[in-house]
Amino acid sequence: MAVDKNMKVLIVDDYQTMLRILRNLLKQLEFNNVTDASDGTKALEALRKEPYGLIISDWNMVPMTGIQLLREVRADPKLKHIPFIMITAESKSENVITAKEAGVSNYIVKPFNAETLKAKLVSVLGEF
Amino acid sequence: MVRSRRKSKAVPRARRGAARELRARIADLRARRDGTLPVRDAIAIIDDVLAAGRRISARGRKLRSEIRRLSEFIHAVRSDIVAVWTDEVKKEFIPTATDELDAIIEATAEATNAIMDAVEAIEKAGDGLTGEPAAKLSEGTTKVYEACGFQDITGQRITKVIKALKEIEHRVDAMVAAFGEEIGAPSAKAATPAPAKTKDGEGTKPVTDEDLLNGPQLKSTAKTQAEIDALLFGT
Repeated sequence: MAVDKNMKVLIVDDYQTMLRILRNLLKQLEFNNVTDASDGTKALEALRKEPYGLIISDWNMVPMTGIQLLREVRADPKLKHIPFIMITAESKSENVITAKEAGVSNYIVKPFNAETLKAKLVSVLGEF
Repeated sequence: MVRSRRKSKAVPRARRGAARELRARIADLRARRDGTLPVRDAIAIIDDVLAAGRRISARGRKLRSEIRRLSEFIHAVRSDIVAVWTDEVKKEFIPTATDELDAIIEATAEATNAIMDAVEAIEKAGDGLTGEPAAKLSEGTTKVYEACGFQDITGQRITKVIKALKEIEHRVDAMVAAFGEEIGAPSAKAATPAPAKTKDGEGTKPVTDEDLLNGPQLKSTAKTQAEIDALLFGT
């Protein structure tokens, strides 16, 4: 099944520059329906307002971290099916294992490049 | 033989009595000082207890002399810390250093945004392009966006340094306070225990969310994307 590039994508990061980088890289991959949030709490508010097809989130944010957001998403019957990609500088094994146990769909370590982002999107959404 | 046996039993009993008294008085002092034990007061108690005992063994005398040497050493370290930990360091140097680091984060964010403004404008100007020129433009702008990610990483690293500076300030404050009021210690917060550390991948304590907030690792210790993929998917 072809990937719907018009799906709503939620990007979550407390660094405005990173949100902008992600938005631009996604735009180059023709994902133009992108919304952003600066932490997990705001992301959850957005997720509960309208349907999203993908979440791409940082880990280290306040007040709600990316891992807390992931757990909230996976615990919510209406949201738990949404693919969740963690993009973070937290690269320790325990972080990756914790995220895996919480149900992360894929994990990208910062700094990353466009090629890695595309590969992970393909792995989560399918070829596009 | 009999006298010698009696003697050898009497000494440990006296020592046990002294040890009990020592423990009781130290516990009492701790309770009165909110859990802290000023070194000077502890030595006074030890001297007192040892002096009260009729028999002070060679080991007891050695212990007392070692405690005195330790006390002198602690006093010397205390003087050094007080000499370095001036109001100037506390009120000026550390806040200035953290302000400067905050300013670096701000400046790099501004510069990164300016770079992205320019790249977005270039992309817009190239909207009509097709074929190879369009591909080359896209490749170039992608590389610029990727490179702009430095701001996020350096920002996180600098934030780590700011946190470390604040932690040093907090701990030295606690240490100065623990040395006693006679040095005019500021109202230091109580020392907090070091956060639980678990070795990468082999933690023995349960890993809390707090333990997982470490920020970027150094290149030498950071996991690569391939290693992360292997952890996630066993590839």
